[in-house]
Amino acid sequence: MPDTAQPETKLPKDLAAEQGLVNVQIDDHWIQVPRGTRIIEACKLAEQEVPHYCYHPKLSSPGNCRMCLVQMGMPPRLAPGQEPSFNDQGYQEIGWMPRPVIACANTVAENMGIRTKGELVETCREGVMEFLLINHPLDCPICDQAGECSLQEYSVEHGKGKSRFFEDKIKKPKNVDIGPRINLDDERCIMCSRCIRFMEEVADEPVLGFIDRGTHTKLTCHPGRKVESNYGMNIIDLCPVGALTSKDFRFQMRVWFLKETKSIDTNCGTGCNTVLWSRGNEIFRVTPRQNDDVNSTWMPDSHRLAFKEIHSDKRLTQVLEKTEGVHLETEWSNAQSVIKKALAAFQPDEIAIIGSARLTNEELYLLNSLAKNLESSQISLVPRFKKSDEKLISEDRNPNTTGAQLILNTEKPFEHLEEIHKQVRSGKIKALIVWGEDLTEEAGFTEENLNQLDFLVAANTHANPTAKVANIVIPTASFAEKRGSMVNVTGRLQRLNQAIIPSGKAMDDWEALRDLNATLTEEKVSSYMIEDILKQISNEVEAFKGITYSKISDTGMVIHETGVKIPLIEKEKERIENREIVG
Amino acid sequence: MSKITYLSGKEPHAREHRLIFKNIDRQGWDPTIETYMSDGGYDQLKKAIKMQPKEITDEVKKSGLRGRGGAGFPTGVKWGFIPPNNTKPVYLICNCDESEPGTFKDRYIVHQDPHQLIEGMIISAFAVGAHTAYIYMREEFPEAALIVEKAIEEARAKGFIGKNILGTDFDLEIWVHRGAAAYICGEETGLIESLEGKRPYPRIKPPYFPAALGLYMAPTIVNNVESLCHVKHIMEMGSEAYAKLGVDRNTGTRILCVSGDVKNPGYYEVEVGKITMGELLNEVCGGPKEGRSFKAVIPGGSSSKILRCDERFTIGRGDDAKEIGFYDIQMDFDTLAACGSMAGSGGVIVLDDSRKISWVLNNINHFYAHESCGQCTPCREGSTWMKKISDRIVGGTANPEDINTLEEVAYQIDGKTICAFGEASSWPVEAIIAKFRDELTAETSEKNKHLSKEQLQREMFLEQTNSAKTL
Repeated sequence: MPDTAQPETKLPKDLAAEQGLVNVQIDDHWIQVPRGTRIIEACKLAEQEVPHYCYHPKLSSPGNCRMCLVQMGMPPRLAPGQEPSFNDQGYQEIGWMPRPVIACANTVAENMGIRTKGELVETCREGVMEFLLINHPLDCPICDQAGECSLQEYSVEHGKGKSRFFEDKIKKPKNVDIGPRINLDDERCIMCSRCIRFMEEVADEPVLGFIDRGTHTKLTCHPGRKVESNYGMNIIDLCPVGALTSKDFRFQMRVWFLKETKSIDTNCGTGCNTVLWSRGNEIFRVTPRQNDDVNSTWMPDSHRLAFKEIHSDKRLTQVLEKTEGVHLETEWSNAQSVIKKALAAFQPDEIAIIGSARLTNEELYLLNSLAKNLESSQISLVPRFKKSDEKLISEDRNPNTTGAQLILNTEKPFEHLEEIHKQVRSGKIKALIVWGEDLTEEAGFTEENLNQLDFLVAANTHANPTAKVANIVIPTASFAEKRGSMVNVTGRLQRLNQAIIPSGKAMDDWEALRDLNATLTEEKVSSYMIEDILKQISNEVEAFKGITYSKISDTGMVIHETGVKIPLIEKEKERIENREIVG
Repeated sequence: MSKITYLSGKEPHAREHRLIFKNIDRQGWDPTIETYMSDGGYDQLKKAIKMQPKEITDEVKKSGLRGRGGAGFPTGVKWGFIPPNNTKPVYLICNCDESEPGTFKDRYIVHQDPHQLIEGMIISAFAVGAHTAYIYMREEFPEAALIVEKAIEEARAKGFIGKNILGTDFDLEIWVHRGAAAYICGEETGLIESLEGKRPYPRIKPPYFPAALGLYMAPTIVNNVESLCHVKHIMEMGSEAYAKLGVDRNTGTRILCVSGDVKNPGYYEVEVGKITMGELLNEVCGGPKEGRSFKAVIPGGSSSKILRCDERFTIGRGDDAKEIGFYDIQMDFDTLAACGSMAGSGGVIVLDDSRKISWVLNNINHFYAHESCGQCTPCREGSTWMKKISDRIVGGTANPEDINTLEEVAYQIDGKTICAFGEASSWPVEAIIAKFRDELTAETSEKNKHLSKEQLQREMFLEQTNSAKTL
């Protein structure tokens, strides 16, 4: 009989292994996941949520909350010489283990079975929830975390719904001052240790720790230390319960009333992704938003609290015209004609424009158009370089230097500043348009220099010495009050979204610039949406080719290679490489 | 020294077989190196250091020695878990954090015969390739720490510790590290964390199996004091002769620490499994106290499950299955495990009929509530909750329903924690409730109701209206 060799059929395990994957059965469905994936992440891929408190993909996994217990099974161990048997689908039968395992720290293996449902898992979760709640103060009505509290959420989903704890609850310190920006309530703490790990692993200032034992365990600062790190407030976001609260946001607003607007931080070139939390026309807090290429899930406190300026008393809310040394309120249309009339008296080389690298791409584009319309070649931005903190704060404190380089088509958008300053002093430049900058700060102008000018237009969000001497003051919108795009230090194009409307009669910068351009050229206003401006940019600037707002995702898109690295992200990548964190 | 005589009143019982405790309470014995060496001390080290490390490990494997700390894991197998391609330093740790209630064997070794431990440690360190070894000494042994440190200095002076031990190229340093009085430091990964200077929070396994990722993330072998001492005797007797002691798969001798309600409580070194519970209690320990009878025994330290003296057990499988009574239990790892308990650390706690089981339960619960490290949710919250319930049972303010709650809480902890403390704290409760439910229920009353404020007001209102009606 001829040897009829069967065509060799490959088993699922072999097919998966070829691509470095393993087959895992999650709640009766087989999926393929990369070798070494944590069970909890594999379940996420299978769209099965595993509740957890202590696990955080950016931190090490101590496995202490025991909320992520799942049932695990493996093929039965073979006796020596025994061949494994496979079912019709090509999988081995799974022998389920009687003891639950934590999903956060264990990794998947070939032919592993996971159950995120079922009696064993549900009793485990119910038990852990009951334990977490017995000594919890249950003060949700006055707790800031209410509405975004994992303890509340999982109680609804996995809790017993009633208590059988008749003993006295453990008393612990409340309203503990653990730093200039953070308050601690030890009774609410569930000892997940996320904050401790963050301070040690990310903030590099290990000042938090537990003291005492068992149910008396308390979170506290090391003796004589406080959470003073500029990254400290991230532990408030990390805290799954209301143990750590922000002194700034504390008791200000119930979180469910707040509107979330995705935006970016504009305090440095990193451009941390943020969420702006607003109600009515007020921003209540800013929190970081995950972007693994920009800010991981963190942001510096100094940048987080910078939103306070939006609601400052110093906001400019009216268009002002200086008549006989006094600033008086005027109409925008009037201000435009005043500017047009005044500028007509100067030669193009007597006019200069100083813009800001804090402006969006669209605004910079229009400012550049303004320069072209005035035939002035003297346009410069103000540099803002300080020391980097080797984490998230870039040495470039301007958020859009890269964008400015692309839009203005120059490597050095700041190079004319010195020249302009010199010519202002020599009296060669007689008129100056300043957009978004106070020249008495980083630019180094003195009030005297500015007084030398015949005509000064200052557009800004806040009252400042430059605006004080300006002939026309244009009130503009803050970062939370306008849309636009910026390019961060790494060359990532990111979107700024509008959370609230501009304060008073403050104008969206791009609209003000558009109107000014139209007035100066005596053309009709043709752009009504900021999208129109981006379209013009995409037609003219190579790096922006084909870009529309809808193409910029929530985490931005790389449009330019600068080679700049963000130190914190590099450190995180290293930790992922070393398998310390999931990432 | 030729003939071994013991201090009067401290003579070993005829059923004992002394290896480890040979020198404990011995006439004319002191913990100096001279005394130890005059009795053949460090001869085994001299022999072992000429062998290949692999040979020693194989000898220990062949001897069938099982860890004496509580889990009974084969020592040689544990040594074999060090990754073969390891490039990091290897550490040996002697776990002298003897804190399981009812256990008091290691304290005699470190107080009276420290050189036996040191010799065992040097041989073991040589076998596993460790050049640094630590003795984790519990805080409650302040004198032992001094004694062992002095012994280390003596051994160093003789060239047994330090550089180029006995002229070979093997170096070893032994350090004594004192704990700060925490039960959890006896858990090997908790001990390692403590040794690293952190809170002794046990680590998750996987990935932190000490033999691969132990102290400072390097391979680490953690052995109990008694286990390390046995290594010396395995070298002395040879693995074959050693394996003949005891019974199948439960070789050697082990020290049983009998405490509680017997006439002669104390330590007894016996061949593993060669003695039954009945022989131990009635023969060796002299039976129950005058006018009393045995009620129950906790056979392996307070965390093991309690055994009733009138219980019957079915052990073995299939054709080998047989039913035995409590007094027929062989005192070895496997038989006690088959009876639903464990040999643990060898701490036999005997209770007679004068003991109220609720007090036993409450005592154990207090201990574990106090010692829970507080890392995992179930154990942290559950152990104190169990304590509070048993407090009420003892205080007479418990409801029968509380017994069920207590049992459920115990099962909610069991098997759901990082380390074995979850089992240590829940097993006694589970076993005591399972075996003495009636006795516990008798201490509760239906009158002890737990009502919410609203329910209480309603009850009071009904009571008032009812009494008004009767008037």
